[in-house]
Amino acid sequence: MGTIQPKVAEPVDEISLVHAAKAGDISAFEELVKRYDRNVFRIAQHITQNREDAEDVVQDAFLKAYQNLKNFQEQSKFYTWLVRIAVNEALMRLRRRRPERMVSLDEDIKTEEDSMPREVADWAPNPEQLYTQGELKEILGKTIQGLPPSFRTVFVLRDVEGLSTEETAEALDLSIPAVKSRLLRARLQLRERLNKYFKNRTGGDGKK
Amino acid sequence: MTCSEFLKELTDYLDGSMDAQTRAELEDHLQWCHNCYVVCNTTKMTIEIYRDSHLYELPDDLRGRLRSAILSKCHAHAAETPVSEAKAHSDSSKAK
Repeated sequence: MGTIQPKVAEPVDEISLVHAAKAGDISAFEELVKRYDRNVFRIAQHITQNREDAEDVVQDAFLKAYQNLKNFQEQSKFYTWLVRIAVNEALMRLRRRRPERMVSLDEDIKTEEDSMPREVADWAPNPEQLYTQGELKEILGKTIQGLPPSFRTVFVLRDVEGLSTEETAEALDLSIPAVKSRLLRARLQLRERLNKYFKNRTGGDGKK
Repeated sequence: MTCSEFLKELTDYLDGSMDAQTRAELEDHLQWCHNCYVVCNTTKMTIEIYRDSHLYELPDDLRGRLRSAILSKCHAHAAETPVSEAKAHSDSSKAK
């Protein structure tokens, strides 16, 4: 069984853009915005689950990055630093919307039991083909919304955006074992929840 | 290897980040344990479906509006920050 390959290509010449932006070249910063605005929006929307909040996060994260460029020590990639800012902005908005629930990346939900597979059924060979593009997006959105914020944050950074485990740990200020543990549980919980939509409906008797 | 031992290693297995011996042990387990095979396969599909779904794409018109808003705020911030300060930051970062 093959492994999952990262999707994001290594950015070219990012550091020259950062240096130019630090020197006051706003067009260089605009290049950085163009390079990463889609990623920041996806991350923000995954975490906040709210379109307006995601828009605000994109604006505020880039503005904060610009205002604090002088403090960026260049010990990590600019993108990892930007993601860290964006995640913090997104979590802050989520807390505002859900004051009744403590939202933290440190929350460790229940026990290992919550991620143990309960239903084991093979899926249709091409589960995406069972639904229209719109239906599929609705299913995926609804499903990830049900995960605790700390799990969906790790999942979106690692599996959707393709950050490495080390970069994810750095962006979220978590240890590597903590990232791995949340990622495993996020993946297993999503799999469990998607089962009902994607499992192979053709039984042994050939009936659907 | 038990099924729960297999599950603990699943993330590293799917990411390909493990030594050859552990990989061989996991693959041996997959040979005879149908349940773990299915969980492994459907977890891999879960990741691929999300990765390829284009969920929450930024529409072009919104992208343009957000970019204009960001840049106008950056210009406003730059106007408030003396050029010499920005230049000093640039020089100090080059010196590193």
